[in-house]
Amino acid sequence: MFGLIAAEASIFTIFVVAYLFYLGKSPSGPQPAAVLHVPVFLTVCLLSSSLTIHMAVRQLRQARIRAFVWWWLLTTTLGAIFLAGTAREWRHLIYDEGLTLQTNLFGTTYYSLVGLHAFHVVVGLVFLTVVLVFALRGQVRQEHSERTEVLSMYWHFVDSVWVVVFTVVYIIGR
Amino acid sequence: MRAILETTPFLLTGELLWARVPFSPTNIFAPASTPAETIHGLSLLVLIITGAIFLTVFSLLVFAVVKFREKNSSNTDEPAQVYGSVQIELAWTVIPVLIVVVLFLATVRVIAKVQNATPPPGALKVTVIGHQFWWEYRYDKSNVVTANELHIPLSDPANPTPTFLTLLSADTDHSFWVPRLAGKTDLIPNHPNSTWIDPHEPGLYLGQCSQYCGVQHAKMLLRVYVQPRAEFDRWLAQQSLPAVASDNVAEGRRVFESTVCVNCHTIRGTMADGKFGPDLTHLMSRDTIAAGSVRNTPQNLRLWVQNPQTFKPGCLMPAMGLSGAQLDAITAYLESLR
Amino acid sequence: MSSVSVTYDNPPTAGRPIVEILHEWVTTVDHKRIGILYILYALVFLIFGGAEATIMRLQLIRPHNDLVSPEVFDRMFTMHGTTMIFFFAMPILFGFVNYLVPLMIGARDMAFPRLNAFSFWISAFGGLLLYFSFFGGNGLYGAGNAPDVGWFAYAPLTSQTFSLGHSTDFWTISVLLSGVGSVGTAINIITTVLTMRCRGMTLGKMPLLAWLSLTMGGLVILCVSPLTAAQLMLLIDRYLGGHFFDTQAGGSAVIWMHFFWIFGHPEVYVLAIPAFAFASEIIPVFSRKAIFGYPVMVAATLAIGFISMSVWAHHMFTVGMTAAGNTFFVISTMAIAVPTGIKIFNWLATMWGGKIQFRTPMLFCTGFLFQFLIAGLTGVMLAAAPFDWQLSNSYFVVAHFHYVIVGGILFTIFGAFYYWFPKMSGRMYNEWLGKLHFWVFVIGFHLTFDFMHIPGILGMPRRIYTYEPGRGWDVWNLIVTIGVFFQAVGMLIFLGNLLWSWWHGADAGSDPWDAWTLEWSTASPPPAYNFAVLPEVRSRRPLWDLKHPEDPDWHYE
Repeated sequence: MFGLIAAEASIFTIFVVAYLFYLGKSPSGPQPAAVLHVPVFLTVCLLSSSLTIHMAVRQLRQARIRAFVWWWLLTTTLGAIFLAGTAREWRHLIYDEGLTLQTNLFGTTYYSLVGLHAFHVVVGLVFLTVVLVFALRGQVRQEHSERTEVLSMYWHFVDSVWVVVFTVVYIIGR
Repeated sequence: MRAILETTPFLLTGELLWARVPFSPTNIFAPASTPAETIHGLSLLVLIITGAIFLTVFSLLVFAVVKFREKNSSNTDEPAQVYGSVQIELAWTVIPVLIVVVLFLATVRVIAKVQNATPPPGALKVTVIGHQFWWEYRYDKSNVVTANELHIPLSDPANPTPTFLTLLSADTDHSFWVPRLAGKTDLIPNHPNSTWIDPHEPGLYLGQCSQYCGVQHAKMLLRVYVQPRAEFDRWLAQQSLPAVASDNVAEGRRVFESTVCVNCHTIRGTMADGKFGPDLTHLMSRDTIAAGSVRNTPQNLRLWVQNPQTFKPGCLMPAMGLSGAQLDAITAYLESLR
Repeated sequence: MSSVSVTYDNPPTAGRPIVEILHEWVTTVDHKRIGILYILYALVFLIFGGAEATIMRLQLIRPHNDLVSPEVFDRMFTMHGTTMIFFFAMPILFGFVNYLVPLMIGARDMAFPRLNAFSFWISAFGGLLLYFSFFGGNGLYGAGNAPDVGWFAYAPLTSQTFSLGHSTDFWTISVLLSGVGSVGTAINIITTVLTMRCRGMTLGKMPLLAWLSLTMGGLVILCVSPLTAAQLMLLIDRYLGGHFFDTQAGGSAVIWMHFFWIFGHPEVYVLAIPAFAFASEIIPVFSRKAIFGYPVMVAATLAIGFISMSVWAHHMFTVGMTAAGNTFFVISTMAIAVPTGIKIFNWLATMWGGKIQFRTPMLFCTGFLFQFLIAGLTGVMLAAAPFDWQLSNSYFVVAHFHYVIVGGILFTIFGAFYYWFPKMSGRMYNEWLGKLHFWVFVIGFHLTFDFMHIPGILGMPRRIYTYEPGRGWDVWNLIVTIGVFFQAVGMLIFLGNLLWSWWHGADAGSDPWDAWTLEWSTASPPPAYNFAVLPEVRSRRPLWDLKHPEDPDWHYE
């Protein structure tokens, strides 16, 4: 998993570099400071989900299955809220501000970077949901804690990427 | 024998011979302009150092291969097992590091000298715009726009008058490389570059585009004419005049202006002001057409206009489907554009 | 260590239906079989790539030749480069590493056998997709053919404006898929080396091939991903209207170059490092001495891997970076020459004082040493940026990198073939034919690639389908083309030897070379489970210790 994380981190780095490189270079169209609103609530949700998944894995290691299921459900929910919030933000940007991938350099790099991250969240959520279904059916047991830990590493990675994306897009870039 | 000497870059004697006789009009070891000469100096240092390293290590390898080959295969004793030696390994780390430091310092000096050169007061400035598959030249402080054959003044070392080129591109990546005059610099859209030439010998210098730019990259040739000052001034003055208007080619001019030629080509002094293709105002002052790849003769000109694809398949000028009479008229007209 | 090979026969193949055998191979997760699949696959693409090169050289044999059109020539150099790097060199090296690493560290298989198989099949699919472009490129809408944008596909030539149809997309997607496979294999190699070494084999005691495979894996993970990212950006530009490389919208063509070469330079070390690994195993055995300076060899390899990530813009010296930018890349590029040179000295010192047996694997590795020396030195010339302003994008550069890849890497690959062929097949190849292969090929190699430096010096740029007479390039191009035929003949001898020997060669036994690493302690070919009993080691050369109990390695290091 560490190997996969390293490879993915490399891909994200290139998209971040492209974003930073093109900051301020869009000749026309909406600019970051004008249209971006800092997504504080969504960030809190996503970062908390790292905490909750950590708790979930801990509970599973100690064979507290019910607690594990609750924490895992909370994680999945927080991830889903993040995605829904991102979708809402994009809807606003596209229809109200007229910013699409094709509009200008900012549009291209913004949607690509945030979109790549969102894609990774989607993949993570799919896996989380699969495990959730197994858990609700009572098929997840203490001996699976190592596998869920590997999955949680992926989720922590997705969250840390968000920290970087958030800083680059909403703090530095505005 | 001379050919072997002249073409073995690692032999210094051959090097010196080479510098006298270019052997090739695009030989990087026959510089005729300051930046090329500066690079040449560095390259000699690099060759000497790498040559020395090569001879040393090569000799050691040959020695090892000969001396330590197994002579008696029935003797199955193993040789002494040596696992390493700190002193030897230290030596062959330190020495290469020192060599690298020397090379690096020499290189940095040359980078600065060539890249940070500023134009002196007498310098000529030309903007070069790369197109698929031809070169556009716009002379600063003048209305001269021409194509494919660049004329620049000779520079006197006592009172240098170099030419500074601003390099732009209208479409994709190209590269300006005239080996005897300077190192190459790329023309990249949305990324203006700059290079300079300071030629010390008059003459014609050849080169060609050196960054793959599409199907006719191979025939985007460069011709740089270095002329003594007076001659260059005359050329520039002549180029800045509008096109010759001659009555006996009026028919050709009419055909030219009524077909789509004017959408791509400019002929100053007429209504033709297209920018997509080369400026034709003084077409007959050029030795070649099709970016240096075809001699500028009446027959070739006619064939070119009839179907450019026969000379340069894939170039962006289409065959206009003109009749024989139209072709004759247009050729006669173009022939009048001195 | 436990006693030597106890063998259990594989199920006999005689009399089994071909469908069953094929099915076994297609569904295998055995690292040895996957290794052989990679190698066979790569050999097929070597032939395709070689054919493309031959066509180009025949076109360039004289000025204004018209053997092929410029469009076809442009496809040839694009496909030749892409094929050779992504569908010959990477797979064949992965194949050898896949086969050898578990055996050499005393493991039964790689850490993730199914990921191993998946990586192979996705890379294989990538290659087939690329070659499908020859047929399907002119598909439904008659749009495009094989890609013709060069193997590094510079923007904006790859935009929809300049690359109509789908040919560029075949390049993008097939290379992207092969990249996914590469990353999978790299993860596998790293995990295997770090977690599955046998008892007693600390990191400091594993064969150099294992160390170099580990470094290669790390490089792949870090450097293939930037290419994947850049290709995703290219696809976004081409199909979703993005502007990453759209110079008309303020985008940058130079940033593609940066992204590509951030991949492209470490990539050549991904290829070179396994080549070094083969040399580091073969040269000691045929010199009858331990490798000289094992710790420094490891350190130099790690240094090369690390520094290689900081030299990429030496491919961009002519692009118009600032003097400071150019200077940085000069120093980093020259710096990497130091550990690389050190490795050559260490190999030389291994041979020094030895009893060198010039069997075929050693012949090829000796050729490698001479040729890699020259290649490295022409690299130092190119590292001096102003010199590179003349030499870049000319045939000098083409000669330099072919010297590295053919004269260096391919020669060690040939060495590896001959060295490990007995282990993989259980048979000996024909030694006389092996030597003939070497001599014929080396003549062809030098005819082609020595003389190729000269047109570069005389101003001939690369990627041109024809050239003007009177530039002094004609005779050199002729000689370069003649060398191709010698190399082709050498390849035929090589393939013929392998094929014939696979079925009719003499029995090899488990240790035909009297070598010292663990793969020689098991049968040839090894059984599916590799070792009957997992070995336990005390030094870097476990079989030396067994064969020389009075003077084992662990007395000394």
